[in-house]
Amino acid sequence: MSLSCNFNTLEYLPDRCIGCGLCAAVCPHGVFAMNGRVAQLVRPRACMECGACQLNCPTQAILVEGGVGCASAMIRAALWGQEEPTCGPSTPSSCSAEGSDAGGCCE
Amino acid sequence: MVSGVNAGSGGPVIRSTTSVLTRGDRWDHILAGWGVNRSDHRVEPGLYALGSPTPDAPGFATANYTLSFDALRSALSGFDAYILVLDTYGVNVWCAAGQGTFGTDELVHRIRSSRPDEVVRHRRLILPQLGAPGVAAHEIKNRPGFKVQYGPVRAEDLPAYLVTREATPTMRQVRFNLQDRLVLIPVELVHVAPRMLLAAVAVFFLAGPLGSAAVAAAVLAGAALFPVLLPALPTNPFSTKGFILGAAVALPFAAAAAFGGPGAVWWFRAGAALAYVTALPPVTAYLALNFTGSTPFTSRTAVRREIFAYVPVMAWVFGAGIFLTLALTLIRVLGGA
Repeated sequence: MSLSCNFNTLEYLPDRCIGCGLCAAVCPHGVFAMNGRVAQLVRPRACMECGACQLNCPTQAILVEGGVGCASAMIRAALWGQEEPTCGPSTPSSCSAEGSDAGGCCE
Repeated sequence: MVSGVNAGSGGPVIRSTTSVLTRGDRWDHILAGWGVNRSDHRVEPGLYALGSPTPDAPGFATANYTLSFDALRSALSGFDAYILVLDTYGVNVWCAAGQGTFGTDELVHRIRSSRPDEVVRHRRLILPQLGAPGVAAHEIKNRPGFKVQYGPVRAEDLPAYLVTREATPTMRQVRFNLQDRLVLIPVELVHVAPRMLLAAVAVFFLAGPLGSAAVAAAVLAGAALFPVLLPALPTNPFSTKGFILGAAVALPFAAAAAFGGPGAVWWFRAGAALAYVTALPPVTAYLALNFTGSTPFTSRTAVRREIFAYVPVMAWVFGAGIFLTLALTLIRVLGGA
């Protein structure tokens, strides 16, 4: 849908997969699908690096630099020389309770 | 609507709730949508009984943001269930999962302190799928012994999910349709309004009412029109989409400056028109780039690339536009045109 979803740090090590299917269940973009007893990367470019698959993979078969793709927080971080934010609780000003659960986390 | 704390005889504290959204709840949702008291839309964390749940009733977990909790309980109309509300500081499930507050540790803590195991016979807990970036399901299984099952992305799909306990691929996909984008606009507007007003007043002294209107148009295009037109705008990066939208907004102002004003010399009119088409589009583009954080599909890696590729361009073009505006103001004040 956009350039902003075509580049990511997703890596998948299929020989570690035990076929639990959680990656396919948690991915909000259908990046993984189960092919019998093994997960398959079917839409790697749709990955938005939310990190759900990596966290829920019991055998560390998935590596991704999870984070929030939020330009304003990243620009602030770049300008003030801070570490790049993940919208952590320590920076409540960059976070919000806005919108629905499908909405965004910036500003 | 929440009532009745059951705190008797040392058992778990259970609050009761219903699936009915009151007028007060709906008003709270409107205020939340406009970003009013944004951290105050909270539900007390803990265990809730929805209807009259039996020990076999399903258990759900959610965030203590009123919109999250209300979406869950209203979607479960006609069902009896237990709801475990995590303390996410009034932030929705998706964002709280990204922050880690809707997370493994809080879920473990909440299971241990609210003790749902004392009211249900089973050991299954249904989590919203969008909570998964914060929760490692296998750790919940190993620590307090509950098996996490990820339900659908949207609470409205829960009745269908509960029939088979399987989410279809459609239920597992986030979407970002017009309705989803429209609800984000009020907060965007509230967020940009103070700076927009300040800029419009400042520009009034440089370029008059036309300049002020142009500033407002460029900002509103980025904050309100951009979310609406997002999928329809050409090119892929948000920045270039924003530049294109900003240029479309700037053109009428440039035309007005070039052909509509009182009789200044031709190069002054041309300069004023050029100032509009350079100063305005970067403003819209910058707001468009910032909208990446509100979408459910932009990755951090890609946004970082976009920032490095386009923010310098925005800065230079905007700087040129401001320089031109100031130069033209100076010429006008000094009577050069």
